[in-house]
Amino acid sequence: MPDSQDMTFHPRPVLAGAAGASAAAEADSPAVEFRDIDIAYGKFVAVRDFSLSIRKGSFVTLLGPSGCGKTTILRSIAGLVDISGGQIMIDGRRVDDIPIYKRNIGLVFQSYALFPHKNVFDNVAFGLKYRNVPKPEIARKVGKALEMVRLPGSEKKLPSQLSGGQQQRIALARAIVFEPQVLLLDEPLSALDANMREEMRVEIKKIQKETGITAIFVTHDQEEALSMSDRIVVMNAGAVEQIGTPEQVYETPATAFVADFLGKANMLAGTVSRSGQAVVLGTGQTISVACPRPLADGSKVTVVVRPQKFSVGTGTSGNRLTGRVVSASYLGGSAIYEIDIGGKTSLRANTPITGRVLREGEAIDLGFDPEGCVLLDDSGRRIS
Amino acid sequence: MSGTRRKQEGRWAWRLTGFVTVCVYIFMFAPIVATVILSFNASMFGGFPMTGFSLQWYGKLMANDAVLAAFRTSLWIALVTAIVTTAIGVTTAFALVRFEFRGKQALSTLVILPALVPETILGVGLLVLIKAVDQPRTMLLLVLGHILLAVPYVVLIAQARMIGIRRVYEEAALSLGASRFSSFREITLPLLIPAVVGGALLAFTISFDNTSASLFWRPAGVETMPTQILSMLKISISPEINALGTVMILVTVGIPLIGGLILQSLTKLRRRGEPKEETQ
Repeated sequence: MPDSQDMTFHPRPVLAGAAGASAAAEADSPAVEFRDIDIAYGKFVAVRDFSLSIRKGSFVTLLGPSGCGKTTILRSIAGLVDISGGQIMIDGRRVDDIPIYKRNIGLVFQSYALFPHKNVFDNVAFGLKYRNVPKPEIARKVGKALEMVRLPGSEKKLPSQLSGGQQQRIALARAIVFEPQVLLLDEPLSALDANMREEMRVEIKKIQKETGITAIFVTHDQEEALSMSDRIVVMNAGAVEQIGTPEQVYETPATAFVADFLGKANMLAGTVSRSGQAVVLGTGQTISVACPRPLADGSKVTVVVRPQKFSVGTGTSGNRLTGRVVSASYLGGSAIYEIDIGGKTSLRANTPITGRVLREGEAIDLGFDPEGCVLLDDSGRRIS
Repeated sequence: MSGTRRKQEGRWAWRLTGFVTVCVYIFMFAPIVATVILSFNASMFGGFPMTGFSLQWYGKLMANDAVLAAFRTSLWIALVTAIVTTAIGVTTAFALVRFEFRGKQALSTLVILPALVPETILGVGLLVLIKAVDQPRTMLLLVLGHILLAVPYVVLIAQARMIGIRRVYEEAALSLGASRFSSFREITLPLLIPAVVGGALLAFTISFDNTSASLFWRPAGVETMPTQILSMLKISISPEINALGTVMILVTVGIPLIGGLILQSLTKLRRRGEPKEETQ
């Protein structure tokens, strides 16, 4: 919804000190910008030296395991957490000292957090009321927002009368109805059951596109991150591991952590031979690799291969590994094999089924393209 | 067969339990029932046997200026105590649950302390303090004393409720543009209502019922209902006291009962199914 004509109301608070910024400059400035953010709780440093710039209208996901600092960063944008160093800018305006209720951000919680004593209308209208929007205008906007989340006519219902998915949709309507500068989503799908989760994933993405709102999404679920995001920020232990498009972080993980966290990649340790053209694995097998730069023979590397990059059978080109099937899971269109290739190394292959599904204990031939793998150096960083 | 024997034993155990329970209830409620029944006795002497049904003691009560004055005094004190105590108690509970500050633990203990100190000691203590700063015993002192006695209970009730109100509600309100005060008024307070009503009723009854501390604190010539009854008892056990007792029972039992009913209908309106928050 690119600035529709009837949206005359602009909830942006008038700022002092922003007069110098020209309109053109503002249009170019990132929606949200972090500059060297540190966040500490007492002695515990939750986030260290975090810098990120988020383009207007984009959907950015902070992805990482529990306690990696992703939620803390989200809460710092909202103003629910104080930063101990650095700057946060929203639309080119520094917000560190602005209290949460003046920041103009939409917030969606994991637990919905709909006000249980207010009906759907009053919940959605809450933000508009505090922006002094006239009553008829409120009614119109609430109606429109409810239509957008596909729950029109639910104004009179109490949150307790709605299902989890419906509650989260109302929460979404409540967060976008006043056209905030940024929409923050804190694991909004985690409390929903699996079916609902998938539906909501599509819905949230659709609404974000329609409204053109800048969205920051926090999750520990790699599937959600890959399917919804324009860009993914992979985090670990309070620091950024990699920032990139879903394809980039999946196909070319920058670190061992990213490779493992997204899609459980196979990590094969080995030593370089033929000046970086081949790697001798710990199992004694030699595979050829596509290395972007020459490497000294004998240096230690890790070869990262995604389970999907393997093909089963003898008729394949490129690298060849042989092993024994430890376990096989049939998934209909494809099968997942756990394969022992000797030397206490096991591989995971997720391949389309051609012919029959191999059984436990059977010998298996795996092929993969040298272009399809990534090399990590001794410290776990990608060699580029 | 051992099965039937066990069944027999079980039956006897139940009978014994039932018997003891009934005895306890009789022990607890017989005096109250006796008081209520005897308040309708026509006889001059406040005891059994009943000689006939009469409302004369209630009539006499209505004509007794001292009793009416004491009733009014008690009602006023209880009302003021309930209002002030609820305000103090709810805000204290909010602060104790939501904020971290120095001396929080100390404050938490200090607030509960009056409930743990024997009332007589509290009574004498406050009196000694007043004497030390050379102030007369006034109604204000009496009301302050009652507030002191009731605050711990209101804080405990409000605290328990406050812990159940998840912080995300307030965070959501703040993110939507409500100031801290607005979010308290519009979100936290309405969710706290059961505790507010419950606390106010409890504070009211604590004040209305209080005897021993009131004896120490009341100004000269002022009687509350309990002290009035006590002074009437010193003269004689008149059936009028039974009538007065019945009125007291009505007030102290009736008010929480009505409050409970109001609360029930309030919570019925907003029974809510909340999702379980996953730890992340």
